[in-house]
Amino acid sequence: MVFRGRVRHLLQGSTILLASMLANAGDGKLLGTAGLSQLEGSGGGGLVPWATLSGYDSGDEVSGAIFSTNVNVQDYHLQVWGANVGLYDRLELSYARQTFDLSTLGLQIRQSVVGAKVRLYGDVVYSDWPQVSVGWQRKTLVDDTVALGVGAKEANHGDDVYLATTKLHLGLAAGYNVIWNLALRGTKANQLGLLGFGGEKSTSRNYVLEGSLGVLLNQHWAVGAEYRQKPDNLGLKEDDWKDIFVSYFPNKHLNLTLAYASLGEIANAGKQEGLYLSLTGYLW
Amino acid sequence: MLVRMIFILLVLYCTACATLNPPLYLEFGGKERIAKVSEYFIDEVSFDADIYPYFKDSGIERFKEMFTAHLCQQLEGPCKYTGDTMVDVHRGMNINEADFNRVVELLMNAMDRANVPVTAQNRLLNKLAPMRAEIMLTKH
Repeated sequence: MVFRGRVRHLLQGSTILLASMLANAGDGKLLGTAGLSQLEGSGGGGLVPWATLSGYDSGDEVSGAIFSTNVNVQDYHLQVWGANVGLYDRLELSYARQTFDLSTLGLQIRQSVVGAKVRLYGDVVYSDWPQVSVGWQRKTLVDDTVALGVGAKEANHGDDVYLATTKLHLGLAAGYNVIWNLALRGTKANQLGLLGFGGEKSTSRNYVLEGSLGVLLNQHWAVGAEYRQKPDNLGLKEDDWKDIFVSYFPNKHLNLTLAYASLGEIANAGKQEGLYLSLTGYLW
Repeated sequence: MLVRMIFILLVLYCTACATLNPPLYLEFGGKERIAKVSEYFIDEVSFDADIYPYFKDSGIERFKEMFTAHLCQQLEGPCKYTGDTMVDVHRGMNINEADFNRVVELLMNAMDRANVPVTAQNRLLNKLAPMRAEIMLTKH
């Protein structure tokens, strides 16, 4: 009986919590302006974090989303799943779990990324100047064998910080909306951190530029490209990453993104290119 | 001779630019399309539980007339909007971000229903966007 009472209390409690969350559930942004979730879990494009926050929450709403991303290239397979929460279009908290399969070696590298992002200024659509946010990603490597093997200075964890600016221009390109993003990242990570942090060539923080450019064909479809500069701490000729993408926003509950990603050489394995598929579900 | 050539080139250029870049009013679809958009917009608003309360005290006919004239003027059509300023129209409504964006979406729905080309929709929204400050910051 006591147990049943507790369950009922718990149910009532969670119903009230759920109801209050749904009452100011995040759907106050324009369709598509929440963007998607990038490889490390932050709201952004696919490879690059943006100044926009990951959910549809406006100034007095909260939001939550889950996502799953798969990248398949010649010698590797990267699987990412994660979740992010948006609070009042001001703060974004995120978590991502990456599993990197080295199919040729039968090895697996797992890493988790916890992130936070704060919007400092602006509205991606309406402010005169671009929206500006600052973010942080703490990367914790679960499997350090490969990182140590390739000569990483640190194989436990590393912190990335970034400053991102994003702006949508209504009707800019022959009447079509154009969105761009430019981010400056400070990082020691080798291949996102999957190969550890720092190395023989460099042990200090590198500052790299990451950019995205997209055109919105209508309310539901966007196409574009991204570029992510990478440091080369290990002296293994780590290449910059790029992709071209098409993104579909059927409604404010779902985003589906397909990209062709070119990741260059990874750990001495020749040119890695392939499909990137990402699905984000906006829960509330 | 040179003057005539320049004249011909100028005529050709303007024909080309008019075809490539028709006046927004025409690209949007002119008077009839604007009337359709107003009609559908009122329809969209009437069925939206969050937004309808903002409009319930407006007379439909007057709203439709003013909204149509306002759109037409923004589209650089042959009309003159004679209603109140955006600040006065929205005075005391305390419109928040979510409701503002919701109204933008209802307008986009109305334009979709009226088959307004996406490019013309975007160009209109670009002209309306700067009014957001006047519409939202009316806590007088």
